[in-house]
Amino acid sequence: MSDGIDILPHEIDEIIQVIREQYGYDFMDYSRASFTRRVKHCMQRAGLKTMYELRYHLINEPSFFVWFLQTLTVNVTEMFRDPAFYRQLRDTVIPRLASYPIIKIWHAGCATGEEVYSMAIILKEAGLLDRTRIYATDINPANLEKARKGIVPLSAMKEYTANYIRSGGTEDFSSYYEAHPDHVVIRPDLLQKVLFSQHNLVTDQVFNEFQLICCRNVLIYFNKNLQNRVLHLLYDSLVPLGYLALGMKESLLFMEIRPEFEGVSEASKIFRRKH
Amino acid sequence: MNSLAPEIVVVGGSAGSVSIIIQLLEQLPETFPFALVLVIHRQKSVPSEMDKVFGFSSKMRVIEPNDKDFVVPNRVYLAPQNYHLLLEQDRTFSLDYSEAIHYSRPALDPAFESAADVYGPRAVGILLSGANQDGSQGLAYLVQRGGRALIQDPQSCEFPAMPLAALQVVSQAEVVKPADLNNRLFSL
Repeated sequence: MSDGIDILPHEIDEIIQVIREQYGYDFMDYSRASFTRRVKHCMQRAGLKTMYELRYHLINEPSFFVWFLQTLTVNVTEMFRDPAFYRQLRDTVIPRLASYPIIKIWHAGCATGEEVYSMAIILKEAGLLDRTRIYATDINPANLEKARKGIVPLSAMKEYTANYIRSGGTEDFSSYYEAHPDHVVIRPDLLQKVLFSQHNLVTDQVFNEFQLICCRNVLIYFNKNLQNRVLHLLYDSLVPLGYLALGMKESLLFMEIRPEFEGVSEASKIFRRKH
Repeated sequence: MNSLAPEIVVVGGSAGSVSIIIQLLEQLPETFPFALVLVIHRQKSVPSEMDKVFGFSSKMRVIEPNDKDFVVPNRVYLAPQNYHLLLEQDRTFSLDYSEAIHYSRPALDPAFESAADVYGPRAVGILLSGANQDGSQGLAYLVQRGGRALIQDPQSCEFPAMPLAALQVVSQAEVVKPADLNNRLFSL
C-alpha cells in the first residue's frame, strides 16, 4: 500500500499464529485479501510501521490485543440495510414464523446491533415480538456492549428512515427511538427479547435451535473452507424448514451444504433448510 | 513497462465515467484474454440497473459477482453496490463491507491494491473521470507491484479531479484519450 505499510504473505501467517497461540482466536481461514487490509488498517491507526512492531505489541501487551481485535473485525452495519431483503422478510418469512408458539431467531455476527433492531421492529409490527427470543452474537465483545445500549448515531437516521420506508414500513419511524442531540436510543421494550452474547463462529458450537438465522455479510470475511464449516454449523442450528438469510451477494452455490437447502428468494438470498 | 499479457484489467470511474465505459464496452471484441472488472462509485440502497445498461453496450452479460466467485477471462464484471471488491490469490472475488473510502463503497483503491497483490505485472489499472481522490493510492501501488496504469486525459474528463490526483502520484502512468482507450488496452 502506498501508505508505506507493506506486508508479505508469510508475515500475515506469523501474526495469525501469534494470535492463535496466545489468545485462542483463529484467523487462519479468514479471507486473506480483506484480513490483510484489516491488519494494515489496525497498524495505521496504531501508528505502527513494521510487522516486527505489530508482533512485539501483540506478544507483550494483552491490552493491545483487546484493541486490535476490536479494530480488526469489520463492525460496519446499518438499520434496514438492503430494504428489498427486509421487504421479502416481511412478506415471505415472518408470516411463516407466526405459526410457531415461540419464535427463536439468531443473528450470527450482529456487529453493533443495527440489524437486530431492524428485526425487532419488523416483529413488533407483525405482532410477534412478545413471543420471540432473539439471540444476537458477535465475536467482538465491544460490539455487544454497544449493541445492548441501543445507541445509534443521529447522523445515520435519515438514511435508516429512508431504508425503513423502502422496506415497506408504514409507521412513524421516530416512534421507535428517543432522540438526543447527537444520537438516538432504540426503545428499550424493543430489545427486551434480545439476548446479546459472545460467540465465535470459527471455534464455538451449536448452542440452540432456531427457525430463522440471519448471518448477513459475515461469511464474506471467511475463505471457502471456513464458509463450508460455518454453513454446517448454521444448518445444524436450524429446525427442519428453518430459514437462513445471507447477504445480498453471498451464495450457497458452491457450498457442500447447498443440496440441503431450498431457495426461498434468490435475489434476497433467503434459503430454507429442507428437512 | 512490462510486456506480459494482462490477466486482469480493473477500470475505476466516478462522475463522468459512465459514457466512457459504455464506449469501451461497445468496442470490445468478442473474445479477449483477460477479465475486465469495472469499479464505479454508485449509490447503495436504491435499485440499480447499471449491469443491464453496460450489458446492453457490450452485447455480453455484465456480471455482478457474488462473494468467492471465480475470476474468469473474457468476462465483464461490475463491482456490486455497497461492497468493496477484492481479489484473492486463488483467483476469486472477495467482497468486503468495511468502512467507505473517500465516501465510496465500492471504492477504487482497494480493488486496484488487491488486484496488484494477486496479479502483479499482469494487472492493468485504468482510471477515468471523477470528482474525488479515490484510486490514486491504489494505482500507485499497482504500478509499484509491476502492473500498468492508464489514466484518462484530464482535458477530456467531465470531472478531471480524480485523474489529476492520480497523475501526481503515478508518474509512470500513461495518459490516454477516450478515443484511443481500446486500441491502447489491446496493444498492451
